[in-house]
Amino acid sequence: MTPVQAIIAKELRSYFVSPVVYAVGSVFLLTVGLLAYLYVVFAGAQAIQLMQVQGSAQLNLNDLVFRNLFASTRFILLIILPILTMRLFAEERKLRTFEFLLTSPVGINEIVAGKFLSVFLVFLGLLGLTGLMPLMLALFSDFDWYPVLTGYLGLILLGALFLSVGVLASALTENQIVAAFVSIGLLLVLWLLAGLGSLLGDTAIGQAVSYLSFMEHYDHLVRGLIDTKDLVYFFSSLALMLFLSHRVVDSARWK
Amino acid sequence: MIEVQQITKRYGQHTALDRVSFSVAKGEVLAFLGPNGAGKTTTMRILTCFMPATEGTARVAGFDCADQPMEVKRRIGYLPETPPVYQELTVTEYLRFVGRLRGLSGKVLTASMQREIERLGLGIVQHRLIGNLSRGFRQRVGLAQALLHDPQVLILDEPTVGLDPKQIIEIRELIKNLAGSHSVILSTHILPEATAVCQRVVIISGGRIVAEDTPEQLSARLRQSEKISLTLKSPTADTDSRLKAVQGVQNVFTSGVSGTFLLECELGRDVREEVARLAVTSGWGLLELKAISMTLEDVFLQLTRHEEGLAPDIVVASAEPAGQPV
Repeated sequence: MTPVQAIIAKELRSYFVSPVVYAVGSVFLLTVGLLAYLYVVFAGAQAIQLMQVQGSAQLNLNDLVFRNLFASTRFILLIILPILTMRLFAEERKLRTFEFLLTSPVGINEIVAGKFLSVFLVFLGLLGLTGLMPLMLALFSDFDWYPVLTGYLGLILLGALFLSVGVLASALTENQIVAAFVSIGLLLVLWLLAGLGSLLGDTAIGQAVSYLSFMEHYDHLVRGLIDTKDLVYFFSSLALMLFLSHRVVDSARWK
Repeated sequence: MIEVQQITKRYGQHTALDRVSFSVAKGEVLAFLGPNGAGKTTTMRILTCFMPATEGTARVAGFDCADQPMEVKRRIGYLPETPPVYQELTVTEYLRFVGRLRGLSGKVLTASMQREIERLGLGIVQHRLIGNLSRGFRQRVGLAQALLHDPQVLILDEPTVGLDPKQIIEIRELIKNLAGSHSVILSTHILPEATAVCQRVVIISGGRIVAEDTPEQLSARLRQSEKISLTLKSPTADTDSRLKAVQGVQNVFTSGVSGTFLLECELGRDVREEVARLAVTSGWGLLELKAISMTLEDVFLQLTRHEEGLAPDIVVASAEPAGQPV
């Protein structure tokens, strides 16, 4: 077992003995499930209306349910993922195990990678459980699977980005609450950059600012568009956040 | 095995360590003594590659702590001040994690875990969560962690804190047994501990080394006069003056208890025989006669007080000129 695997195994163990994963997981699944139910009910109501007016109705579940659902899930992730990541480094520093970890014959990149991958696996597990919902819908209706799958790819990439921001915030402080707030704040700023970008319009600066936000890149994927530009955005920002986490962990030794 | 040369560590304006040099041979046990904030933990953190020194070099087993930290980390077992345990893991889960981090696996890992669990008496708690263990057990888990990969060098920051007297004796025995095959540095506040386990003592105060020697030599060096305690059953009025008349005796004090005298004598002169003869021939009823040696505790207090400028009359040969007060 490599050190990275050892760290992942230990972190997963820590997650599942603490109530955090269960609390965060149930809130996540409950809200996503409730939203899916509401969107389906709305779609149904719209279908009945159309039937009354036109006599027939062609329902597009991709537009009426999935796009709305992917848009809402984005916000839920922004709130709950920082709760999952906040303990990763902050707790080590608080409980003085940080020194132990850094005096073990393990590189800081291995520590950061192990911590990130562990929480990423927890996130993938939670996201996987939401997969039941399109599977159930597929039993009763017809929809295009392709944008649903790219939407899930978008959620995975978006989640990875959110988690890496959370890892960075957790490395900055020994207070978990502060870590959670810092990452929520950073993510909101990233979100609002999209608004600032559209305000600046179709100028070079406006485009650059919009590019920095995850909004348009995620939207493309939800609409079923896989563009290299968007993938480059997600992978490079993820790499940058993990690199910054590495620097912060390294510099924490000097204090 | 460990060589520290002219290490200085500054935190901004504050100098935590000031040109500290010492070395530890293979198989030697060295004690680090000093008041709080003297720089013991800082030195240990530099040796374990947790933080770099501002100036100077530290080498462990021939590897430089700044240039080859991985090689150093592999050879060191480190117990920080607070045992670095994860409360949500059981003792065996924790030790397995530690072993894997250090590259142990399979049968070697299981055997190492079994050895440390036995050595530190953790058998009865091995399947309990560390968070539910007492301070003493956590400390022992911390020690097991440091020993797990059988490192050449052990660095222990106050290893016996929080243990009960029986456990303290066990841990001291353990450290003594490790000597010879392992090099050990331990810091402690408990002075008899240093005398009990260590071959050499480094006294550090205000970031600089004020003395370094064997415990016996240190107390001998600081002894300015021999002291003898004498207890008599029936002393007479002239006992004082007659004791003082013995050649070599400089001063005679009567202590609080009646019949007990404290004799201060010239250095290097044993007057006990003379005094005993005098007591017997005078019929004072000699009950007890013993030389009082200076304990390490006295040495420590004198040296660190000396740093603070309270007892300027004590000279330590190896120390640099006394610096500013701490």
